[in-house]
Amino acid sequence: MSKVISVLNQARFHGIADVTELGVQGMISLRGDLSSARLKTAARTATGATVPEPHRVTISDQGGLCWMAPDELLVLVPYAEVSTRLTKLQDALAKDHALAVDVSDARAVFQLGGPHAREVLAKLSPVDLSARAFTPGMLRRTRLAQVAAAFWMTQDEAFRIVCFRSVAQYVFDLLSIAAQDGSEVDAL
Amino acid sequence: MSTRLSTFGRLIDRSVQVKFTFNGTWMRGHPGDTLASALLANDQMLVGRSFKYHRPRGIVASGAEEPNALVNLGKGPTFEPNQRATTTELYDGMTATSQNHWPSLDFDIGAINTHLSRVLPAGFYYKMFMYPRAFWKHVYEPFIRQSAGLGQAPKDRDADTYEHFYAFTDVLVIGGGIAGLQAAKSAAETGARVLLIEQTAHWGGRAMVDAQDAETVNGAPVDKYVDEITAQLSQMPNVTLRTRCMGAGIYDHGYVLAYERLRDHAPETPGPRHRLWRVRAGRVITATGAIERPLSFAGNDLPGVMLASALRDYVVNYGVSAGDRTVIATNNDDAYLTAILLKKAGLEVPRILDARPQGGGALMAEAQALGLRVDTGRAIAKVKGGRRVSKVQICAQAGEGGVLDEVACDAVAMSGGWSPVVHLWSHCGGKLLWDEGHAMFRPDVDNPPRSHDGAGFVACAGMANGAMTLDAVLHDAHDAGQAAAEATGHSPKRSKAPAATSCTAAPLAPVWLMPQGAKQELRAKTWLDFQNDVKVTDVQLAAQEGFESVEHTKRYTTLGMATDQGKLSNINGLAILSDALGQPIPATGTTTFRPPYTPISMGAIGGEARGDVFQPIRRTPMHDWHAANGAQSEPVGHWRRPYAYVRQGEDAHDAVMREVTNTRTHLGILDASTLGKLIVKGSDAGRFLDMLYTNVMSSLKPGRCRYGLMCSENGFLSDDGVVARIDEDTWLCHTTSGGADRIHGVMEEWLQTEWWDWKVYVANVTEQYAQIAVVGPNARKVLEKLGGMDVSAGTLSFMGWADGTIGGFDCRVYRISFSGELSYEIAVRASEGQAFWDALMAAGQAFGVMPYGTEALHIMRAEKGFIMIGDETDGTVIPQDLGLDWAISKKKEDYLGKRAQQRSHMIDPNRWKLVGLETIDGSVLPDGAYAVAPGMNANGQRNMIGRVTSTYHSPTLNKGIAMGLVHNGPGRRGEILEFPGTDGTNYKARIVSPVFYDPEGEKQNV
Repeated sequence: MSKVISVLNQARFHGIADVTELGVQGMISLRGDLSSARLKTAARTATGATVPEPHRVTISDQGGLCWMAPDELLVLVPYAEVSTRLTKLQDALAKDHALAVDVSDARAVFQLGGPHAREVLAKLSPVDLSARAFTPGMLRRTRLAQVAAAFWMTQDEAFRIVCFRSVAQYVFDLLSIAAQDGSEVDAL
Repeated sequence: MSTRLSTFGRLIDRSVQVKFTFNGTWMRGHPGDTLASALLANDQMLVGRSFKYHRPRGIVASGAEEPNALVNLGKGPTFEPNQRATTTELYDGMTATSQNHWPSLDFDIGAINTHLSRVLPAGFYYKMFMYPRAFWKHVYEPFIRQSAGLGQAPKDRDADTYEHFYAFTDVLVIGGGIAGLQAAKSAAETGARVLLIEQTAHWGGRAMVDAQDAETVNGAPVDKYVDEITAQLSQMPNVTLRTRCMGAGIYDHGYVLAYERLRDHAPETPGPRHRLWRVRAGRVITATGAIERPLSFAGNDLPGVMLASALRDYVVNYGVSAGDRTVIATNNDDAYLTAILLKKAGLEVPRILDARPQGGGALMAEAQALGLRVDTGRAIAKVKGGRRVSKVQICAQAGEGGVLDEVACDAVAMSGGWSPVVHLWSHCGGKLLWDEGHAMFRPDVDNPPRSHDGAGFVACAGMANGAMTLDAVLHDAHDAGQAAAEATGHSPKRSKAPAATSCTAAPLAPVWLMPQGAKQELRAKTWLDFQNDVKVTDVQLAAQEGFESVEHTKRYTTLGMATDQGKLSNINGLAILSDALGQPIPATGTTTFRPPYTPISMGAIGGEARGDVFQPIRRTPMHDWHAANGAQSEPVGHWRRPYAYVRQGEDAHDAVMREVTNTRTHLGILDASTLGKLIVKGSDAGRFLDMLYTNVMSSLKPGRCRYGLMCSENGFLSDDGVVARIDEDTWLCHTTSGGADRIHGVMEEWLQTEWWDWKVYVANVTEQYAQIAVVGPNARKVLEKLGGMDVSAGTLSFMGWADGTIGGFDCRVYRISFSGELSYEIAVRASEGQAFWDALMAAGQAFGVMPYGTEALHIMRAEKGFIMIGDETDGTVIPQDLGLDWAISKKKEDYLGKRAQQRSHMIDPNRWKLVGLETIDGSVLPDGAYAVAPGMNANGQRNMIGRVTSTYHSPTLNKGIAMGLVHNGPGRRGEILEFPGTDGTNYKARIVSPVFYDPEGEKQNV
C-alpha cells in the first residue's frame, strides 16, 4: 500500500504542546440501536472494546469505540483491516436497521500532547477542559474554531482529535498557532 | 510644574530607568510607570487636543475613565491609535505621539474653533450642513472628515498574534480591588471554582491608595490585608487569578468576555498580544469600584485640572506630583485626602474650596490641623490659564459667580462625588436606583440581569454596589461571594466578613454646577464631556430645543459619545439635563450601557482567525498538485477548485478554451472530489428519496444511476445530482459541491423531526473518496490501458456504475456525463487519490490528456444545455421554469415542493422560462444582463422581459452562447432580444434551444 499517504504525511509541530498528524487510521461510522445486544456484540467483536457510555470512548489493543451520538459510534480499527472488519460488521447486522461505512479516508487524526495540551485545545473549542471536568476516556463532538471536530482524552492526558480530511491543514495550522511559544495560559 | 517626587511611588522601581519618546522627544521613566505618570514626571501635562474645538487637553484621570490622554502607540506593523496613556504600562523604547492636532500639539490651527464656539453650538452640524444638498458630498463631508477623528487608522498589517480562550467557572469575580478579593475568597472557601480578573497589573484597587491610617481589617493595615488575601487566593487550587484582564461585557446566560493584555507591557516577549476570554460563569460578581466625578465649573477642561483621586494615585503609586500648588474643589470629604497627602508630600495646597456651607467632617479637621485653609460654601468661578492652569477665581457656591478672590496655582483637584461602575451590571439588563444620599446611581439588587431560570446571575460587590465605607465594602463582598457560591451548588460555612474599622465621612452635597447659578458666560466655558467638547450650555440648548430624552440629547450633543463613553461626563450631563427639564434625575435616567467596558482590540475579537486560518479552506487530495501545475483557483463553498490550469504564455481565457477543446477532441480529467456523496440506507430509504427528489428514485435498479432534482418545501429548486442505487436498501446521492453539508442537514432534519419513525440512516462520505472525471473520446482508451475492469459500452452502459479495480486501484466507476462526452467518474480512496491522478496523467499522455478546471466544465455543460445550481437558480426558480418537467414525477402522491408548485403564482404562464441565447455577432452577452421590451414601467424603468443566467464564449461553436430566463421564452424561439450592457453596448441575441451541442446525445453514449 505504498500509494497510501495520510493527508498531511504525519506533519509535526512542537510548541507549548506537541501536535502530530497520526497517519492513516481505520475508521468505520456505525449507526444503529446502541442498546441492541447484536450491535453491542458486533462492535465488540470488531474492536475488542465495549460500547461506551455517552460522551466516552473505550479503547482496546485492537481498536476502540467512540460514542458520537445516541445512535452512532465511530469504530476504530487498524487501517489495513478496515475492509474485512467492515464486512464482518455489516454481515453481523444484516438483519438490523443499521449502517456501517468506511470513513477512514474522510478523516484526519491528530495527537495533541504535552503539559499544556488541555489549554491549547481550550483556545479552539468551547469545552470545559479543566482537569475537574474532562478526564481520560471522555469524548466531545464539537468544533475547533470554525470546523467540526471530535476529540477524546487518552490515558496519558493526551488528546486524539478527529476532523474532516479536507480541513486537516486548517486544523494543523490552528493547533500550531494555539501551541505557539509564549502562549501558556496556566489556568486549567 | 508636574514632576517626580523623591518619596512615594509604591509601584515604580526607581533603580531602573526606561526611555521612551513622546512626539519625538526622548523622556525617562521607571518600570511600573504608566505612560501618563511618566509624562507627568517629565512635566508633559499637555497631551492632546479636543475633538471639536481643538482645545489643549491634559491628563485628567489615572485609569480607564481617562477621556483626554489618548495617544498613537508604536510604528508600522505595531502602530495602534487611541490608546489611553493612563492604562498603558511604560516599557523601554515606547514610541507615543499625541493625536488630533495639526500642525503640532503646541500650535494647533484647529484651535481657532474654540473662538468660534459661539457659532458651533450643539447640533451645529445637523443645522448647518443640510443645504445646498450637493454640498454635503463634495464640500462638507470631505472637510469634516479631514478635521474630525482622533487617531489615524493603521496602514500596515498587524504583526502581532491574538487568541481566544474558553473558560468555565462557578463564580467569576470582575475587579481585583479589596471587594473583589474578598468576594473571591468568600466564594472560593466553599470549594467553588473562582476566576478573579483585574484590569490593571496590581491587586488592591483604590484601597491601596485611599485607606487611612486609622482604617484596619482584622486589626491589620489595609495594604497588609490585601497582600495576605492575595497570597491566600494564589494558593487555592480552585482559584484562577488574572491581572491585566478586563471584564469587557456580560451577555445572556452567564457568558462574559474578558480582555487580557498579555504583551502590551512587554512587546518583545514571544506569544500572543491579547487573549479574549470567553467565559461561562454560573454567577458573576462585578466588584468594579467607582469613578470620581468631575465638577462643572468654568475652565474645568484646562490642563492641570484633574480628579482629586487621580492626583492621589499619581503621588502614592508613581511618586509624581501634578503641580506644586494645588487648589482643591470639592463637595465631599474625599478630596481632603488629596489635600492631606499633598501637604505631607511637601507640596502646597493654597486653598480648599468646599461647596458645602458646613464643610466636611474629620478629614476637614485633619486638614485644618495641618494648617491648610478651608473655605466652606465656596466654589470655583473660573479657572484661568492657557495650556496650563495659572490661577483660580473664587466665588460663593450659592451665587452667580461674582469673583471674591483669586489664587495662583498650577493644578486643581476636583471631586464631585463618586459614581459606582455599574456598566457591567447594566450590560445584560440590570436596573439602577438613584441613591439620594450619595447622589449616585447604584444597582437595584431586586432587578438584576436574569438567566434562563429567572434568577439573577450578576451581583455587584463593594463600591460598585454603593457600599461607601471599608466595613460596608467587606461585608457586601463577603455576602456576595457566599451567595454566588451557594447559587452554584456549594455550601458556605458560617463565616463572618473580616472585621474592619472605617472612618466615616460627612454627607456629600450634590453639586451639578459650580457656582449653582453660574451665568451664561461661565456655563459656556464649563465642560461636561472633555473629549467631545460638550458644555453645559450645549445640553441646556438641547433641552430648550425639545430633546427631552437622554438618548436623544446624547446624540444631538455627542455627550458621552467619545471613546471614554461618558465615564466622566454621563451623570453630570444628565443632571444638567434634568435641571433644564425641571425634573428629578431618576426621571431622566441614564443612557444605555453597552459592551465593551473600554475598547478592546479588533485583533482580540478575531483571535486566531487571520492569515492562513482566517477561514477554513477545504482541500481535495489533489489540491497541492493543482497548485503546482498552474491552477488558478476559485472558491466553491469553502473549497478552492481549479478554475483553469494556465500554461506559460497563456492567460486564463486561453487556458479555458484549450481545455474545452482538448476534452472534446482528446481527453480531459477533472478533480470532482468536491461533489457531495451521501449514503442513504434503510428499508425506508427508497420512500425517503422519493420524498426528497422530484422524480422517482425507488424504482432505480441496483447498478444504475439517475439524475434528480431537490426542491425546498416552497417548491424552489435547491440542489441536483446523480443518484446511484448501490443495493436493495442503499443509495448514494451526489450533491453539488457547495451543497453536501446543507443537503445532509436537510436529510437529517426531516428524519429527526418529521419522519423519525422511518428506517433510514444517512452518512456523509464526501471526503472518503477522491473522484476524478475522465472525459473525452479517449476516456475509455486510457482506462483500458490502465486495465483491471471492463468499462466497455456493453458491460458498463451510460448511466450505469460498477465496482472494480483500475490500474490496481480499488474504485467505483460511474458512467455519467456532465459534458456531453464519453465520460467516467471514478471514485478511489482519498488517500490514494493523488496516486490515481498521477496514474491517469501518465497513462493519458498517449491520448492527449490534460486536466481541466471548473470554467471548462461550465462551458461544456452550457453547450449541452445542462443547468447549474446557483447560475440558473437563485432561490426563486422552480424546475418547471427550467424546462425540467421531465424530471418531475406526475405519478407520485407527494414530494417536497409538490404542493407549493401547484400554487397559482407557480403555475402562472407568465413565469420567465429557460431558453438558449445566441448572439447575432458572436460576442459574449454580459452576465446578468436584462432583456428589455419597449416602454417604461411605473417606476420609469425600461420594461424587462428576461435575464441572462449563464454566458460564455464556446470554443466548440466559436461564438457566444448563453442561457437565460425569458417571458414566454420557449414560445419565442427565433426572436431577437435586446440586452443593454453597462458598457453602453446594446447586445442582441436570438432565442434558440438551450442545447447547443450534440442534441441527440451521440457523443456520450458510445
